[in-house]
Amino acid sequence: MGMSQASIPAPMGMLAELTHRCPLLCPYCSNPLELDRRSAELDTKTWARVFQEAAKLGVLQVHLSGGEPTARQDIVELVAHCAAAGLYSNLITAGVGKAADKLDALEEAGLDHVQLSVQGPESGINDFVAGLKGAFEAKQKTAAKVAALGLPLTLNAVVHRYNIDKIEELIALALRLGARRLEVAHAQYYGWALKNRSALMPKRAQVMRAMETVETARARLKGQLVIDAVVPDYYARFPKPCMGGWGRRSLNVTPSGKVLPCHAAETIPHLTFENVLDKSLSEIWYESAAFNAYRGTDWMPDLCKVCDRREVDWGGCRCQALALAGDAGETDPVCHRTGRHHEILELAESAAEEAAEIIYRGYGGSTQTLSRADS
Amino acid sequence: MSESSAALGDHSIPYLPRGVRLRYDETREHWSLLGPERVFKLDQVSLEILKRCDGEATLTAIIADLAVAFEERPETIDPDVRAFLQDMQARAMLTFK
Repeated sequence: MGMSQASIPAPMGMLAELTHRCPLLCPYCSNPLELDRRSAELDTKTWARVFQEAAKLGVLQVHLSGGEPTARQDIVELVAHCAAAGLYSNLITAGVGKAADKLDALEEAGLDHVQLSVQGPESGINDFVAGLKGAFEAKQKTAAKVAALGLPLTLNAVVHRYNIDKIEELIALALRLGARRLEVAHAQYYGWALKNRSALMPKRAQVMRAMETVETARARLKGQLVIDAVVPDYYARFPKPCMGGWGRRSLNVTPSGKVLPCHAAETIPHLTFENVLDKSLSEIWYESAAFNAYRGTDWMPDLCKVCDRREVDWGGCRCQALALAGDAGETDPVCHRTGRHHEILELAESAAEEAAEIIYRGYGGSTQTLSRADS
Repeated sequence: MSESSAALGDHSIPYLPRGVRLRYDETREHWSLLGPERVFKLDQVSLEILKRCDGEATLTAIIADLAVAFEERPETIDPDVRAFLQDMQARAMLTFK
């Protein structure tokens, strides 16, 4: 690689996937198809060291995620370790199970912010997509507790065929629950979501309408609710700058301690990811082959190298290039300049016409399905 | 939410809401404003403005104080300070009371 350590920017954010255990079974889960088991999870002491190393490396914010992070018995201790390291801590929770009961202690330990997921604006859609009855009710209780403690709340909704026509209702829910921020995150088709692409992909017209709804609401609710959207890139002309560029702004530590440039990176089979049990975060960030594989612009194919957007899109998403073009070192085929954009559009449009059943996430690549009528 | 959607007037008292804080970034050697899944790099002027948003000073008092610090007339800096605070409020990084 042509990048020296001095030219590699320090990471700003770290996603700490504390566990893959989760009471929800969302079919687009960002965890890998092969989930880590509890026995493989890092212990408290190791996480505490990782947080210290992260802060020293330049990380400012830690996103405590999972799975469900409150499924860790030591979650309060882990938040306290983040605070001790001077890190801004963000709890990314499904808000079911023990989440609400732990909030008092988490707040006391120094938690800065809560991001609560919802799968729909009411219990019918929510509980069906989450694969758990009573989930919506529990989430509302968690949100009320967050508000009562005065902690800032972001609502996150992953959007797909089953809820994409409910954006206005999701916005109303965010306001009702006292959220300051709403993330409308169109499903990204890797891992579980890729497995469920024919069950989840919305139609193009639905996506366009959803984006318009967000634009209108943003203007209407300025100063009241911030709405961020993760774009549905199969229908876009330019690819998303995945993670703001590979190994450029953030890193991800898995429950068992592997360090990844993004949560889907393990789908790229030829890369080997190092573990915090063997090396420091700093060594892994600056020196590991995996982090340097697609860092900067040297690795880029000619199409990207000469492109005026090379440091805007960073070649798009490596995992998507692999999934759709068969090579993680190719330009993300979502980019219309590859001349392959029409193929991706056709792929999306034909997936949107299919009526596949949802495959819920689970251990051992579960194929458990549930038809709408069962919910 | 009515509080945070209030318009910015001369008697408004701006402050950083819970979950938003100033931090000196030792790695990058500058001040940052940290918020929910957001980090803003601050220049000297924006830092001096935000430092004064302590939940006690009114907008008028903040502008007067900044005018002294930067040796400018209050009416000269007034529009820029107002625009900056309004922008921060639209991003939910600042609240007025």
